[in-house]
Order: sequence, then structure tokens, then C-alpha cells
Amino acid sequence: MNILVVGLSHNTAPVEIREKVAFSPTAMAEPLQQMLALDAVNEGIIVSTCNRVELYATSREPERAIIQLQHFLADFHKLSFERIEEHLYDLHGEDAIRHVLRVAASLDSMIIGEPQILGQIKTAYGYASEFKTAGLILNRFMHKAFSVAKRVRTETAIASNAVSVSFAAVELARKIFSNLEDKTVMLIGAGEMCELAARHFINNGIAEVLVTNRTFSRAEKLAAEFNGRAVSFENFRDQLHQVDIVLSSTGAPDYVLEAKKLSEVIRLRRNKPMFLIDIAVPRDIDPKANKIDNIYLYDVDDLQGVVQANLKERKKEADKAEAIINEEIVQFYRWLSTLEVKPTIVALRRKLEELRQTEVKKTLANLSADDKTAKSIDALTRALVNKILHQPTSILKDAQNSEDGDAYIDAVRTLFDLPVPVADDSTATDGAGQKD
Amino acid sequence: MSIHIILFKSALLCYLAATVLYLLHVVARKEKPGKIARWVLLGGALVQLVSFVLRFAQVGHTPVTNMHESLSFFAWCLVVIFLFFDLRYRLSVMGAFSSVLAVITMLGSGIAPRAVEPLNPALNSWWFPLHVTFAFLGNAAFAMAFGAGVMYLLQDRMLKSKRFSALYYRLPSLDTLDSINYRALTFGFPLMTLGIISGAAWAESVWGTYWSWDPKETWALMTWFVYAALLHGRLSIGWRGRRAAIFAIIGFICLLFTFLGANLLLNGMHTFEAFQSTPY
Repeated sequence: MNILVVGLSHNTAPVEIREKVAFSPTAMAEPLQQMLALDAVNEGIIVSTCNRVELYATSREPERAIIQLQHFLADFHKLSFERIEEHLYDLHGEDAIRHVLRVAASLDSMIIGEPQILGQIKTAYGYASEFKTAGLILNRFMHKAFSVAKRVRTETAIASNAVSVSFAAVELARKIFSNLEDKTVMLIGAGEMCELAARHFINNGIAEVLVTNRTFSRAEKLAAEFNGRAVSFENFRDQLHQVDIVLSSTGAPDYVLEAKKLSEVIRLRRNKPMFLIDIAVPRDIDPKANKIDNIYLYDVDDLQGVVQANLKERKKEADKAEAIINEEIVQFYRWLSTLEVKPTIVALRRKLEELRQTEVKKTLANLSADDKTAKSIDALTRALVNKILHQPTSILKDAQNSEDGDAYIDAVRTLFDLPVPVADDSTATDGAGQKD
Repeated sequence: MSIHIILFKSALLCYLAATVLYLLHVVARKEKPGKIARWVLLGGALVQLVSFVLRFAQVGHTPVTNMHESLSFFAWCLVVIFLFFDLRYRLSVMGAFSSVLAVITMLGSGIAPRAVEPLNPALNSWWFPLHVTFAFLGNAAFAMAFGAGVMYLLQDRMLKSKRFSALYYRLPSLDTLDSINYRALTFGFPLMTLGIISGAAWAESVWGTYWSWDPKETWALMTWFVYAALLHGRLSIGWRGRRAAIFAIIGFICLLFTFLGANLLLNGMHTFEAFQSTPY
């Protein structure tokens, strides 16, 4: 049995194409059932996000299944196949498994380590379970993908550094203050990014929010929204010494805060550090303020720079994640290879033969029987084992060609506690990858 | 190999292992090594404690009479003080710093002469262990302040220049580093003060004079003033952050000179040779 991936993503297709092949999350039943109706496809899952549309499937005839899936993707969206052909990729065997694990672990995301993709794959899997298009292998495979994603998240720092400007501001604040719970933030002016950053600070437990604005009513409105306190624009400077974090984004053409004023403030604060975030363009805070001891001033470009540095750091962590994935692929292959018919039958026979021999030996030792009796007992048990195995063996042999064959093989392995073959010998991986 | 050497080497090995584990944790960001490291460090400290006790029983006086013994004792103080701080802060970067420092000190101790000469009767006083223990624990606390100070300056510089190296992601926040600096000072300063007082009392009981201005005493007093200035600045003028970090670093450099320089370069009654000669 082979695992397949057919699809396109931000790596291969522009948004104009991606939006055309996206599936509507409210109507997943139809495409899933159509996909399963393809005769070379045994199981199917559809992952559709704004950055990727991918079909995960299992099949015994990978080449045929891939062509069918590619055409299904075009036909379903009433596109000509030529239109999407150049953007499509198809993977099978180990490559497909690696791809899905990487996607789930957010290594293939536009922003490495972003957390949404895992949820999106879980949702996609949810639909597939709901409409019963995921079978034994994809069920197992998806759970593997979820656990690998979790492992990557806990064992590497892939998601630990902020990659959005507003969240980068919160992280910087943590590098300065460590604890935000007794800190006060002041918003000067209003602006989308400023408000977003303020909200991040509030979610991270900031103690108090002060809002000031040239138009006092707007300050009051925003303060009410943040459960904070409005301060008039004329006297906000007098309150600065109580403020640990300043978020500024006024439309003022000149500096709203001069370096001289700020050195006074820092003296009043007895050198307690201050973190100033200037999101305005033109800037609100005199850049010279950054030279004052215990003042840390960041403008938009600085925050962008931090985001870039964080992204680089994430890429480093991604290498560790790849190693984890390689490890897990080996494990998954080990399981997948147990679903081969021939080795299962051999293992089953061997197991029963061993049992038979031990029991015969035990019995004969107690009986002290003559040669003839011994032979009869041996023949009797052999016949019994053969009779017992006849039906299961023929079902397993047919299982290769039936829909739920893998389930039978898995059941036999469980019922008779057959050993899992060792994965690192090449037959196991080749078997799962190509034998079908 | 005597039991003393075996214990010494095992302790050194523990510290070395802890260093590797802490570095693994800090540099490669692996979780487990960081957790194991503190237990390895604790193990090393216990081994060394046993070695001191045995040594004490064997020679009948506090075993810090030569360079070898006192460096080894200082390494032990470092580890103990770090473990104490670790209870609260759990910072593996500090762990890495402390264990590296402990290893260096132990290696220094390993190559220092370890001959035990007939003892100066002056050392046969209860003031002696008190003096040494206070002074060394104080020094170890100041070493913590020094480490936190260096890290503070690095982190502060990266935050100001907005250019982050890999170190940025591994160092704790400025606030944490500053509070370690302060804590270390509030431990180190009283210990050092007690060290000086007990030393003076000891001098009085042996030589009949509290203070004789030998080079080590002079340097120790200077160092004491540096730390006193820092403590005063912190408590009453609101010094903190960068300035406090710089002071902690200067203080520790003075301390190093007091501890090593005075023994190696200058002459006085604190040198180990003086321990073995007759009192004057």
C-alpha cells in the first residue's frame, strides 16, 4: 500500500491559482466522496488552506492514482488540467510521508513554525473521518503526523520567537522586564498596529493601560475598550515616569517625545528601564533617546529587523525538526510494512509452528511414547494447524485486492501478536514503497 | 593514589560533566542535560565536602593552607553559592558560567603546589576557618554578580544596537540579570564584611593587632569600598542595570587581584609562604 500526496502550495503556485483550486470548508462531503470514488484510490483526505491545497490518499497503483487525483483536482474546480499542471507536485512512498509530516510540523509553511497549519490539518482529517474516507492507514498516518508535530513543537524552539511585529514587541518587553504583570503601558495616538500590540500586551498580563490622544474622546473610547485610563494629551508627559512601556503612533510631523524629556523621566524613575515602541512614520520619539541608559527605543524598522532575526533562528531550529521527522519516518515505515500480506502469512505460520512444536515436545516428554505414537501425534498436530490456518490464509491472500484488506492484516497481527519486522533492512521500506 | 586525590579528581570530573551538560543545554538547547547538570554539580559539591572533612580529620586544621587547597575550596564555594541561587532562578546560563569557573579553579588547584608543610601555629585558631569561609563564600557570591554583570552588558548591548546574536536567545532578561546582581551583592557584601572582621579579630588574637596594612588587607579594603559604593548606589541613588553591572565587574577584578595577585605578586603575611614561617 502506498501513501500519495498530490497538490500545490505557496511554493509552487501563486495565489490566483491557489484560490481557484481551494475547497470550501462548508462543503467537504462531495469532493471527499468523489475522490474516494476514483478507482485507484483507497482512502482520501483533502487539506485546503489559503497556502496549500493537497490531497492525501492511499493506493495500490500509485501511478494511476496520481493521474486520477490530478485530474480530479482540475475537474472538480472546472479548470483545464493544463492550467494547473505546472503548479502541481505529486509524491509517493517515503517522500509523501516526509512531506505530510513536514507540513504538519509547520516546516513547509510560508512562515516556518506558524501554529495554524496543524489545526487546519486536524480539521481536514475531521472531515475525512466524518465522511469515512480515511481508512486504517490514513488514520494511523494522521495521528502520527499530529504526534510528530507535537514533538517538534516541544523539542525544538521552532515556534518560540515572534514573527509578527506586534508580537515581537511583547517578546522584547519580556527580554527587558521578564515579568509584565506589574507593568504599565501607555498608548500615544491610535493606529491599528498600536492597538494590536496593546492587545498582545494585555493578553500577556500587563497591569495597567493608559491612553492618550489629541482628541480626548478617542482616548476615552480606546481606554474603555482596553479597560484602561484616558489621559489628556496636554499632560501625558507628567505621567510618563509611571509608565514602563510606551506605544506611540501619532500622525504628528515632529517628535512628540524629546530625548531631553526622556532623560528627565528616567531620572524620576530612579533608572527603572523603559521600553519605547515608535510605530509612527514620521517617527514620534527622538531616536537619540536610545542612547540614554535604561531606555530601549525601537521603531518599525527595528521591529522588522527583530522579526527577521527570529525567522533566521527558526530556520536553525528547523534542522533539528527534520532530524526528528527522519526518525519518525523509520518508525512509521516499520508499521506500514507489517501490512504486507506475504510476510504476515509467513510470520503467522512460523508462530503457530513454533507453538505446535513446543507443545508436542512437552507432551512426548511426559508420555514416553513409542515411535509410532510420536509420529501420529506430530501428524495430528500438523494437520490441525494447517486446517486452522487454511481459511485465514486464503482471506489474507485475497486481502491484497479488497478494500479492507489492510484491516484484516492489522487484525491478524494484533490477534496473534506477530512481531513487527525490523525496519532498517531495506526490504521493509522497499516493500511499503513499491511492491504494490 | 591517596583518597584525597581520588575525591579531588571525582569532584573535578563532576564539574567538568556539569559544564558539558550545561553547555549542551544552553548552546544546543536540549532540555534534559540542563536538569541533570544541577544534580551532577550537587554530587561534585558533596564529594568535595567529604574530601574537606577527611582532610580536616587528617591534618587537624582547616585545609586551606596552600594554593592547592584554597583554590579547591573556592571552587566548592562557587558551586555551593550557585546551587543556592539556582533554587530561585533556575538559569542554566549561570550554571554554565559557574561550572566553567569551578572547573578552571579546580584545574588551577590541580597544578598548584600541594605540599603540606609544618603548620604555622597562627593557623591553629577558630578564627581561621571562620575568616576563610566567610571570605570565600563572599567571593563566590561576587563571582555570581560578576557573571550576571557580564551577561547584562552583553544583553544590554544587543538590545540597544538591535543586532541579536545567537546569545540573545539564550540569555535571560535584563531584569533577571540585574536582580541576580543585586541578590549576589546583598549576600556577598555581609559575608565579605564578616570575613574582614573575623580576620581582624584573628589577627588581634595572634599578633595583637587588628590591622597591619599588609598588601592583601589593603586590597581587600579597597574592594570592600567598591562594593560598599555599589550597595549604597543601589539602595539610595537608584543605581541599577548597566552601571551596577560595571561596578560588579570592577569589584570582581579587584577581588581577583586581592585573592591571587596579593598571594603571587606581593609579599605579606597572607601569602602561603608566610603561613609556614614563624610569625613576626
